[in-house]
Amino acid sequence: MSYISITEDEIKIMLGEIGVDSIDDLFADIPKSIRPDKKPDLPSPLSEQELSFHIGNLAEKNRIHTSFIGAGSYNHYIPAAVDHLSSRSEFFTAYTPYQPEVSQGTLAVIFEFQTMICKLTGMDVANASMYDGATSVAESVLMSIRANKKNKVLISRTVHPHYRDVLKTYCWASGIGYLEADFSDGSSPSDDLKKKLDNDVSAVVVQNPNFFGVIEDIDEIASLTHGNNSNLIVTVNEPVSLGLLKNPGNSGADIVCGDAQAFGNPMGFGGPILGFISAKKEFLRMMPGRLTGKTTDLDGKTCYVLTLQTREQHIRRERATSNICSNQALCALRSVIYLSIVGPRLRELADLNHRMASYLKARLSEKGFTPVFERPFFNEIVMRHKTADKLDHWLKDLGYIPGLYLGGHYKELKDCVLFCATEMTSKSDIDNFIKHI
Amino acid sequence: MTKLIFEKHGKGKNKFRVPDFGVKDNDVIPDKFKNSSVDLPDVNEVDVVRHYTNLSSLNFGVDRAMYPLGSCTMKHNPRINEKISSLMQFSALHPMCGDTLSQGALQVIHELSVYLSAITGMSAFSLAPAAGSHGELTGVMIIKKYFEEIGEKRDKIIIPDSAHGTNPASVAMCGFKILEAPSNQEGDVDLDKLSGMIDGSVAAMMLTSPNTLGLFDRNILKISEMLHANGSVFYADGANLNAVIGTARMKDMGFDIMHINLHKTFSTPHGGGGPGSGPVGVVEKFVKYLPVPFVREEGGKYALDYNRPDSIGRVHSFYGNFLVALKSYAYIRTLGPEGIRDISRISVLNANYLRSRLMKEFNLPINRTCMHEFVLNDKDIPNHVTTNDLAKRLLDYGYHAPTVYFPLLIPGAMMIEPTETEGKDSLDEFVDAMIKIKKEASDNPEIILGAPHTTPVRRVDAVAAARNPILKWQE
Repeated sequence: MSYISITEDEIKIMLGEIGVDSIDDLFADIPKSIRPDKKPDLPSPLSEQELSFHIGNLAEKNRIHTSFIGAGSYNHYIPAAVDHLSSRSEFFTAYTPYQPEVSQGTLAVIFEFQTMICKLTGMDVANASMYDGATSVAESVLMSIRANKKNKVLISRTVHPHYRDVLKTYCWASGIGYLEADFSDGSSPSDDLKKKLDNDVSAVVVQNPNFFGVIEDIDEIASLTHGNNSNLIVTVNEPVSLGLLKNPGNSGADIVCGDAQAFGNPMGFGGPILGFISAKKEFLRMMPGRLTGKTTDLDGKTCYVLTLQTREQHIRRERATSNICSNQALCALRSVIYLSIVGPRLRELADLNHRMASYLKARLSEKGFTPVFERPFFNEIVMRHKTADKLDHWLKDLGYIPGLYLGGHYKELKDCVLFCATEMTSKSDIDNFIKHI
Repeated sequence: MTKLIFEKHGKGKNKFRVPDFGVKDNDVIPDKFKNSSVDLPDVNEVDVVRHYTNLSSLNFGVDRAMYPLGSCTMKHNPRINEKISSLMQFSALHPMCGDTLSQGALQVIHELSVYLSAITGMSAFSLAPAAGSHGELTGVMIIKKYFEEIGEKRDKIIIPDSAHGTNPASVAMCGFKILEAPSNQEGDVDLDKLSGMIDGSVAAMMLTSPNTLGLFDRNILKISEMLHANGSVFYADGANLNAVIGTARMKDMGFDIMHINLHKTFSTPHGGGGPGSGPVGVVEKFVKYLPVPFVREEGGKYALDYNRPDSIGRVHSFYGNFLVALKSYAYIRTLGPEGIRDISRISVLNANYLRSRLMKEFNLPINRTCMHEFVLNDKDIPNHVTTNDLAKRLLDYGYHAPTVYFPLLIPGAMMIEPTETEGKDSLDEFVDAMIKIKKEASDNPEIILGAPHTTPVRRVDAVAAARNPILKWQE
């Protein structure tokens, strides 16, 4: 099967117009020695029907269990309107909105996305989206360094281990000092953090709620950070929490980034997800990626356009604020539709998430699990039990993903599991799960 | 005037119901950590459905008509691939569920990497980069890591003047300096000038192949020889892979590292600017530097391998844009070896057909057989009608505009890429529109200077937007 409609007869006419004898002649600039008369070594073509069957078989090799794992990818209900509207091909078959006169749909959506992110994070400006949460942290750090010209980052060990790994990679590549600060009772303000917070630190990075589900005291961290003339970067990986928790801007964050997958995007084995970045207005001209601005057309009609492009790689090349070209526009569309459908009830939804986690914690406690940190939490909680490293193995066969075993990520937590509950883990799911423990 | 969703707000309209599982909160969150309300639009589902349906109608997509945006490879997006990627067993799969529960997904990642290797000749691919520029960045990190490992201090990377802006930006992020290699009159890299640049400080050269003029550099093997003799790495920006796929392999051209844009060559939709996917591929000696985790196959079982001590490290939260990769996997399985080769054959045929017809009316600054795209400019259009004017007028005729004012070395450039999925009728109709516009330029230039006329909004004031940035809605 193929999606080429040109026929053999048309090929002859077209070659005649071009003035060559064969399609091969068009490739004459490629040395013959590297143009073998051999097709690539690939499997034979399939009909659409065979393809569906084949992919269906591959899909069956995955197992979708009742899951109590969060850790940066969250299972939330996606209202039907999200799938329906984002499947409109006017949205998904368009390119980056370079021609604003025929891209007002995408541009208005990005403008709405920027607005909603600012409202939820308490920041002044947000961009059109980033690849994912981890690179949004790395780009936030690069932005902080552009702003205050200090060359070191201090990141709390309560930030998602993958995010720290990505930041480490970017810091190595860009020649930036990378330091981790230890946590204290599952939260970031620690003696170690205070000790390492010196004059060279451009930014302090914390996650809220943090990787352990603990709600960080952002006000306290902000005063520590600002006392040192450093920027505070807060990454939000479970944005449903913003329905209930004080926004990081109100607590003194300078840059708020993270992942908005939880707003209407499926987990999809980790991608595509939806990074975002937002900041106070003084960072505006240092923002990476695309920005949409409001303007008017020739007739004075309100409309939207990509703006401040002189920051960007296609204009400024090696002096650009980042190399980013693509964003995750379609994922941003899904999140905007999601947030419009759920609306102010995001607060109720967030509250339900917290209550489900509280219930899960209580039920696990009955089975001898003990909470590791005495801190307020959102929808994830770290529990200790001597069987922690075996749970996964036992429960997977029974149709459950019990949570994330933390021993592989934190050697001090080798008998601990990170559990997550959302509105998708109902009371009966939790009750049935507990029966098997 | 298009209203935003915020302007449909009305207190009490939202009737979304959150489930109630009758569960109490035993762990009350202290008030100091909580907000008092959420500032999101209060609208009903019916408002939402109408609003986004109406917004969608203001957009132009590939499903409407030819989208000849050069270097963006706007080909048809097969519908079956959309359906496949929404299968629950893929879309609801948690990235940290463990290898035993994700064998199907890991098999897709592994097999797609193998197919991309077969197509390009590279030894291995990582699908972790989420976009082309992310792939470039990952590739440049591999170059940096390699020279660190072998203990050579090389701080420069050569980039031709025709390169995409992402190339120098990615290189700068890794601390390299840029040497700009000029092109000659015929659009190839100027070999003499290039050879004067190559010395012990040159880590690599990045080249888009074919280049952004839509031309295949006839000296590619010489360039690769010069670089390799100097111990430098040859990097391919695969943005234009559509031109050579199935016909020639990047490895055979002498490239050591490359990235591919799945959202261009492998038909995944662009989504209004993303998500893309930018797998990075390498020849054998660089495999150990690829990002972690790497998907490994052993006896039909697949696993995420983190035990790779020489790796540059992690570059994505998880494993890249998996659902995008899945669509490309399906695309390759649909096309097979012959279908894959036909992509390059017909995309090059289509571009040359358009070039031959349009060069009779428009200036073609470099007159050579092109690959999958070619560059015209506005030199022969009368009455000072510019490339931008013509681009706007094309919108009135129901087309998207070509890529304009790029590459930078051609003044007033219009870069036209039809792709293989345009039929001959569609190409002919596009030529007719272009010829009509040229005629308008001499008979009635005002109609072009005032274009577009039929689009949802008229010519947009981008200067005002930049001068006074309004980046969010405010009451």
